[in-house]
Amino acid sequence: MSSVRADADSHPAGSATTVGPMLTVNDLSVAYEMDRGAVAAVDRVSFELYPGEFLGIVGESGCGKSTLLFAIAQLLNPPAVVTGGNVVFKGVNMVGLTDKQLMAVRWRDLSVVMQSAMNALNPVKSIGAQLKDAMRAHGVTSADEIAKRSAEVLRMVSIDPVHLKSYPHQLSGGMRQRSMIAMALLFTPDLVIMDEPTSALDVVAQRSLMVQIKKLQAELGFAIIFVTHDMSLVSHFSERLMVMYAGQVAEWGATRQVFDNPRHPYSAGLLEAFPSIRGKRVPLTGIPGSPPDLSQPQQGCWFAPRCPKVMPVCTEVNPDLYSVQDVQVRCLLYGGPAGGTAPADAAAPAEEMSTGD
Amino acid sequence: MTDPAPEPLLRTEKLSRHFKIGGALSRRTLHAVDDATLAIRPREIVALAGESGSGKSTMARLLAKIYKPTSGEIYFGERPLSSIRSRKDLLRYRGEVPMVFQDPFASINPVFRASHGILRALTLHRPELSRAERHAEALRALSAVGLSPAADIMQRYPHELSGGQRQRIGFAQALSLRPKLILADEPVSMLDVSIRIGLLNLMANLRDQQGVSVLYITHDIASARYVADRLIVMYAGHIVETGPVEDVLASPRHPYTQLLISAVPDPRVELNISAETDKGEPPRVIDPTPGCRFRWRCPLAIDECEQVTPELRQLLPGHQAACHVAVASEPIRAFG
Repeated sequence: MSSVRADADSHPAGSATTVGPMLTVNDLSVAYEMDRGAVAAVDRVSFELYPGEFLGIVGESGCGKSTLLFAIAQLLNPPAVVTGGNVVFKGVNMVGLTDKQLMAVRWRDLSVVMQSAMNALNPVKSIGAQLKDAMRAHGVTSADEIAKRSAEVLRMVSIDPVHLKSYPHQLSGGMRQRSMIAMALLFTPDLVIMDEPTSALDVVAQRSLMVQIKKLQAELGFAIIFVTHDMSLVSHFSERLMVMYAGQVAEWGATRQVFDNPRHPYSAGLLEAFPSIRGKRVPLTGIPGSPPDLSQPQQGCWFAPRCPKVMPVCTEVNPDLYSVQDVQVRCLLYGGPAGGTAPADAAAPAEEMSTGD
Repeated sequence: MTDPAPEPLLRTEKLSRHFKIGGALSRRTLHAVDDATLAIRPREIVALAGESGSGKSTMARLLAKIYKPTSGEIYFGERPLSSIRSRKDLLRYRGEVPMVFQDPFASINPVFRASHGILRALTLHRPELSRAERHAEALRALSAVGLSPAADIMQRYPHELSGGQRQRIGFAQALSLRPKLILADEPVSMLDVSIRIGLLNLMANLRDQQGVSVLYITHDIASARYVADRLIVMYAGHIVETGPVEDVLASPRHPYTQLLISAVPDPRVELNISAETDKGEPPRVIDPTPGCRFRWRCPLAIDECEQVTPELRQLLPGHQAACHVAVASEPIRAFG
């Protein structure tokens, strides 16, 4: 049975569908060119993002989620190269733009919040100086304007502007992460890409940061791509959810649908891997085995060696994304040569979830 | 301990650890752990939970005898740890109470095979074993933590092992010493979600099959609930609540515990926005004044909280909280 959910869908994203996507990723592939051959870290990922939307991307380490983000923001460094597809952001294909052309887009229209604020902030410069740097680099030179805007963005993330003079080590982890977000919002971008911004925080700080991000999004209307390994974290905040495995989209659809009725055995396994704080204490198994080594290509589905529902065909045929109701699932249970052994509506809704309360 | 439980394996009495901070002339002191009294019994998993900076890792290092207490005492069985002087005794203690570290990528030497750390620890802590016995013991420990084939794993280098496997090596290293208590400092937080459960199950197995106690230090109380028998919640260096894990989580008596529980994201239940009301101020542990250290964040704070540091009070059988407003008859309702 499904329990009552928070109203995470109240965001204007629904109405935005008439506007057309702001970001379209088409068949994007990224490979790391290694001596022993190319490793496909992102494999033909496609999606579109509408203005004001909150998209969650979840997956384990090495599933390609950070590489995907970097490819969207065109921040890849060799040996990583885009080997196919494109990223169309506000009508412009980002792949192949020069640094100078990207400079006009980055930070003004699209900004990135990096994973570890402690490493992303300069330890020997005050927060104010770092905000100033960013603004000057993007053409704001008036000292007044810089001071005004710096104080403004800090206030937006509930940090007292006295901290403009503070150095990163003088701030708590949560405040550092907030000031990173303040920096990302300097030019009120249309899209903010966040790479595990909360992973270094404890649950209380994490929750308060998430609530704050959601509030800012409601006020300013930017779209968010939020990458995390913690599926439960985005459950209340994202409108759509993409589950990645081995560089591919494993499942992709409305967050609530994916949570209430995970179709891909991997999504189901991920959800089952979280002990619950409420309800009965039930033994969990997690997912046996470990994520695959992408440098060792294999025939068939990448998840087959760990999959509880593996069929003989899984090790022979590479699954495509199949539509099941409104959700896209890369699993041969739902399509492929066998035509999908699971009927679409009775679609093997993984194990019963224990709501229990 | 008031409940009729077996003698504690290890207990602390009014344990404190302070750090001087700032330059040589600074008199400022950071109170990482203050007046902490706790007990760990045989065959039990005790979870020590709290946010970063709450003093939980300092506690682990005190128990591992890496730090010396500023005041207070730790007893291992009957013996106070301050009486351990010789290297031999210290090695012996650390063999009985080994530690498992957070980061399996940093805690294993990458240039040696997986067997190296285990064999070396055995040479140090159990010098009575012969070479062949050490080898047999390493194999036993590796199989006990679910690494098979053990002989093959021993020959591998760390980079040939996954994060989950490396962390199992960490546990095998501890287990080979035939420990009584394993201090596990955030042992699963660096691991992928899908393999964390495996490690948590391993800790439960070690308790059930090998009779080892575990102090499981974590900020993830959902996982604490999953494996632990008892829960200790720390805030700003103080133990604020302790009791059987289900009792504490089902009906917390300290406002901070309630806040911690309400902040756990759970896709299966509605978002509890009440956490938004939390001011989220970091605790003040540098030269703290008397009084409750949670009072700045606590909606229930009364005058007494400003003046008197609350002591742990027994509210229910085995369930204690350090809060002036907590009562035995009902759970605390500070947030929402």
